[in-house]
Amino acid sequence: MEICGLPFRDGYEDIVTCSSDHWDGKTLSDVEHGEVAGAHLGPGEVKVSMDGANAVLLGAIKILSGHAECVLVTACCKETQVLDPSVIENFGFDAPYQQLVGLDFTQAAALQAVAYMSRYGLSHKDFAQVAVMERRRAKENPRLLAREDLSLEQVMESRMLAYPITVLESRAPCDGACAMVLACEERAKELTDRPVWIKGFGSCYDHHNLGDRDLSQPFALKEASRQAYEMAGIKDPAREIQIFELSEHYSYQLPLWMEGIGVCREGRGLEVLGGREQSVLDPLAFNPSGGLLGGVPRYVAGANRVIEAFLQLRGEAEGVQVPGGPQVALAHGTHGPAGQHHCVLILERGF
Amino acid sequence: MARRTAIVGVGQTYHKARRPDVNIGELCAEAAKACLEDADLMIRDVDAFVLGNMELFEGRYCQDMWQADFVGAFGKPGIRVTTGGTTGATLACVAFEYVASGVYDTVMALGFEKQSEGDTRAGLKTVSDPLWIRWLTTGAIGYFSRQARYYMRETGAPEHMGSLVRMRLAEHAKRNPHAHLRLEIKNIEEAMKAPYLIPPLRQTDMCPTSEGACAIVVTCEERVPKMARRPVWVKDWVTVHKEAMYIRGGKHSVEDLTMAASRLFRRNGITKPREQISVAEIYAPSTWAELEWLEAYGFCEKGQAWRLEEEGHFYWNREFPVNPSGGVVCTNPIGATGLIRVAECALQLRGDAGEHQIWREPTLGFATAWGGSGWTVAVLLSAQKE
Repeated sequence: MEICGLPFRDGYEDIVTCSSDHWDGKTLSDVEHGEVAGAHLGPGEVKVSMDGANAVLLGAIKILSGHAECVLVTACCKETQVLDPSVIENFGFDAPYQQLVGLDFTQAAALQAVAYMSRYGLSHKDFAQVAVMERRRAKENPRLLAREDLSLEQVMESRMLAYPITVLESRAPCDGACAMVLACEERAKELTDRPVWIKGFGSCYDHHNLGDRDLSQPFALKEASRQAYEMAGIKDPAREIQIFELSEHYSYQLPLWMEGIGVCREGRGLEVLGGREQSVLDPLAFNPSGGLLGGVPRYVAGANRVIEAFLQLRGEAEGVQVPGGPQVALAHGTHGPAGQHHCVLILERGF
Repeated sequence: MARRTAIVGVGQTYHKARRPDVNIGELCAEAAKACLEDADLMIRDVDAFVLGNMELFEGRYCQDMWQADFVGAFGKPGIRVTTGGTTGATLACVAFEYVASGVYDTVMALGFEKQSEGDTRAGLKTVSDPLWIRWLTTGAIGYFSRQARYYMRETGAPEHMGSLVRMRLAEHAKRNPHAHLRLEIKNIEEAMKAPYLIPPLRQTDMCPTSEGACAIVVTCEERVPKMARRPVWVKDWVTVHKEAMYIRGGKHSVEDLTMAASRLFRRNGITKPREQISVAEIYAPSTWAELEWLEAYGFCEKGQAWRLEEEGHFYWNREFPVNPSGGVVCTNPIGATGLIRVAECALQLRGDAGEHQIWREPTLGFATAWGGSGWTVAVLLSAQKE
């Protein structure tokens, strides 16, 4: 609000908060979140209880519906106050079958990683290299926690959570919050001379039962990005988009999600990231921010991707700015076990 | 609003205290199926889903993930919104916004609660601030006994008023096949025999814990002519929140309700709510709240609601029908309750409510949800497109 000089409470008609009762340990986590965002006898408030990218999507929908001209979007999660995340995650599976097996999200992700590995002949080392690369970038990003380089050995030899995911290849629990102001065209022009437009968005649910899915094929992400491209009028994402901020909660997810958004051939995500495959895209186009592995809490994750993409388009991504003035960016959020739900937003520099 | 929107289908389960015969997914599927049947649509006609419930009451984490397959959201866009007691009405509002935005044409909103699978009171207790008031809270019963006491003191309403409201709601519930509690109350003496929870609040004054689900289908103006049912047009909706620490001993306040209704009425040119609005489905968790809130919404003067109640003014076949479905006091599957208000209102405006159809010519309907730390969502529906 300070950045664009928006008055607290009176400057916007609606608020979208994003948080979770489970991670806050509190029914109606948005009681507090809404209050600090100015909801007391002021603008309306609605809480999205899934990844933060969906909160941004709902904010955009509220503006398109004409029911609000300006919306404040916030996301918050204080993961470190949860003693054992896997207990909560276990309750995220259906009661009769998958919950009883004792699955948590890391184990579901491990099943996905193994399916991905065996389909394309990949190795654990390939995924570990993604973590090393991301950490190197994260070090330069003042908005992230991680400040140290990691060696490949360190990553591979760190504690194994569920093969092939080690602790340094998974997003570490942390605390954080973010906020952004969305506005309709006229209001945006009053608030800033450097707006970033939301050009398109999409979201999609996959099957819940892991056995009903081909885990090596992120179907829901393909569908969500198809919707977003269609809305934004993008025909060839690899040529028309310069920045991709993807939600990789585990290292293997970065190449897999790259394939899902259709910017590289299936099974070739790691090759593009390693610069080994001829591509119009620079490896630096993917998560220049350092991604989630550098320390972004869940729920905030997708909203943080939108913010990092926004900063890149504005040329304000201090420390990790990609040269060449990127014009279009893609931000992505995912929720549920092994990426059951995906949300994709397309942003465009408007100045 | 960018596009006009209309409700073209509603569906709900038969609400009960326990549904051991189905799991959460199956319960939701019942509502989704009933809704599609009512709208005469196939699941492929629905473009997006808005799902929600109380997050902690079943103890289940990211519940929409499990629900998705059961309600037909596989391969479709969807979002989960949870705003506590107001969840149901918020689901409806988000569905209206989805359609009005022009991005999605037909959207299903679906809310549920299956309280026997968790511990509602344990969940509800954590709503209060952990540092200051969590160990003092008495849940909804504490709040509503205080509210009842306050209303009696302020308006001089006699103690039997709560039971009188209950008699009306019980009569309404008997006529509604979906209602959960269908009490036979012969006379006021019998109603007054119900035990106190916290005086003056009796067991019969408070809402039950129900299990059930409700769904509505919302579509855009362009698609309305192709729909099977008479559309119920969405005129407007509003959300007002109040701060959390209201409970710290300050004056009892209903500012959120008053503000929500006044915003809605002002924007839609409603100056005489009781005359212009033909039916109200209000989310009142206790009988006493219903009286006070009718005044807070501006349907009558302060202290007038209980006198009108004594005259039987709010019966389904009288001047101003309030909660002809039996209301929240008879049926309360929390995450669905707000949506049931909207759905029941839509049924009334369509003229399809059956035995509890109001006698008055339905023109405008007013549906609300209440929850959180004093939050109100209010929706205005219309039988005519205008």
